[in-house]
Amino acid sequence: MNGLFDLGGVDGLGPVDPPAEEAIFRAEWEKSIFAMFSALFRAGWYGLDSFRHGIEVMDPVVYLKSPYYEHWLHSFEVAGARNGELDLDELDRRTQYYLDNPDAPLPDHQPSQELLDFANAIGPAGVPAQRPTDKPVNFAVGDVVRVSIMAPLGHTRLARYVRGKTGVVIAHRGSFIYPDAAGNLLGEDPQHVYTVQFDGTELWGANAEPNTTVTFDVWDPYITHANQSAGAIA
Amino acid sequence: MNDIIRTPEEIAARVKALESILIEKGLMTTQMVDRLVEIYETEVGPQLGAKVIAKAWSDPDYKARLLEDATEACKELGISGLQGEDMVALENTDDVQHTVVCTLCSCYPWPVMGLPPNWYKEPQYRSRMVREPRKVLAEEFGFSVPESKEIRIWDSSSEMRYWVLPQRPAGTEGWTEEQLAELVTRDSMIGVGDAKAAS
Repeated sequence: MNGLFDLGGVDGLGPVDPPAEEAIFRAEWEKSIFAMFSALFRAGWYGLDSFRHGIEVMDPVVYLKSPYYEHWLHSFEVAGARNGELDLDELDRRTQYYLDNPDAPLPDHQPSQELLDFANAIGPAGVPAQRPTDKPVNFAVGDVVRVSIMAPLGHTRLARYVRGKTGVVIAHRGSFIYPDAAGNLLGEDPQHVYTVQFDGTELWGANAEPNTTVTFDVWDPYITHANQSAGAIA
Repeated sequence: MNDIIRTPEEIAARVKALESILIEKGLMTTQMVDRLVEIYETEVGPQLGAKVIAKAWSDPDYKARLLEDATEACKELGISGLQGEDMVALENTDDVQHTVVCTLCSCYPWPVMGLPPNWYKEPQYRSRMVREPRKVLAEEFGFSVPESKEIRIWDSSSEMRYWVLPQRPAGTEGWTEEQLAELVTRDSMIGVGDAKAAS
C-alpha cells in the first residue's frame, strides 16, 4: 500500500535531533509492549511480515505523531481482532478501568517456566526468514535492472522512491519469505533476494547530493532486466 | 482504525489493559517481561558489535571471514539471533562511507547492536537519510564526509541486516582487542560517525 510509513525521500519532517543519551525503554509500558511482541509471535498471532502490515494500516497521522512502541500496540490489536483472540470492547473497558485506577495491579498469576524458557531462547535462536526455492536465480551481480512500478494495495517492501528506477545488482542474498505474500496472509512463496545499488541522481535527479548511492534489497518479482546495451548482463 | 492521538497516560492504560488480558490467557507473565527487558538492557547491545569490530581490526583472517559472512563470523564469538539471522558487515575505506537506514520501518541488527535508538526509528532520519545524507550527517550528527568520498546508504528493506565496520583509528598500533573495543561506538556501526580517536 502507498502509505505514509513509506518515508524514503519525504521532505518537511524536520531535524533528526539525536539525544546524547537515552534509556533503552523510556516508560514501563514500552517494556510490556516489547515483551508482547515475542509472546504473541509465540502464540501465533502473526509472522514478522503481517506484524509489519498491522502497523502500516494505522491511521497515518497517528503513525507520524505517536511514540514508536505504540505502533506495535496497534498491530497487536489488528492481529487479535483478526484471529478472534482479542475482544476490543473488553480491551476498551479495561483501558478505562486502568485510566481511572492507574495504580491498580495486573491480575495475580504464577510464573511460567515455559514462557521464561521461551524468553531466554528467542533472542539467540532468532526467526530465520530464509527458505529454499526451486525458482531460478534470474539476476546476476552486474545486471542492470529496472524496478517495477507496481503499487499493490496490501503489504509490500517495495518503497515508492525506488519504483521505476534503474540500478545495478551488487549481490544475490539467497531466497527468503516473500513479504508481498506472507504480509498479506497468502503463505510464504519464497523468492530470491538481491541488493540493487542506485546512483543518487537516478533517485533525485539534479537535486541529489554529490557522490551518493543508495542500496535497496528487492525480491525477484520487484525487478526486470533493463536496457541490455549496458553490457552488464551475465 | 483508531484515529486518536493518545496521551502517555492513555497509552499506559491501554497497554496495561492488554497485558492483563494476555496474562489471563496465559500468553505472557510479568516475569517474561522482566527477563526480555533485562536481556536487551544489559546483555545484548553495541558492546557485542564492538567486540566483533575490535577482533576484525586485530585479526586479518577474522576480518576476511566477517566480510565474507558476518552471520557466521559473529557465531564464532557466540553472537547470533533475532533480527540478525542474516547479517552483512560493510567495510568503510578511504573511498566509501557506509550508512544504514530502514525507510519502511525500523530494521536494525539486534544481535550486535541491541535495540535501535529512537531517532533511528523516527520519521525524520528514515525520510532524509536516503535523500540528503551529507546534510543529515554534517548538521545532525556533526559528521562531515568530504565530497570526494562516496556515501553509500543501505536501506534495510529485506531481512538482511547491515552494519558498518568503521576504519581503525590512527595511533592504535599494538592495542589489545579490549582497548580497541572501547573506541567502537554504536553510531560508528550505524555509519553516522567515526570510531573514537585514540587518546
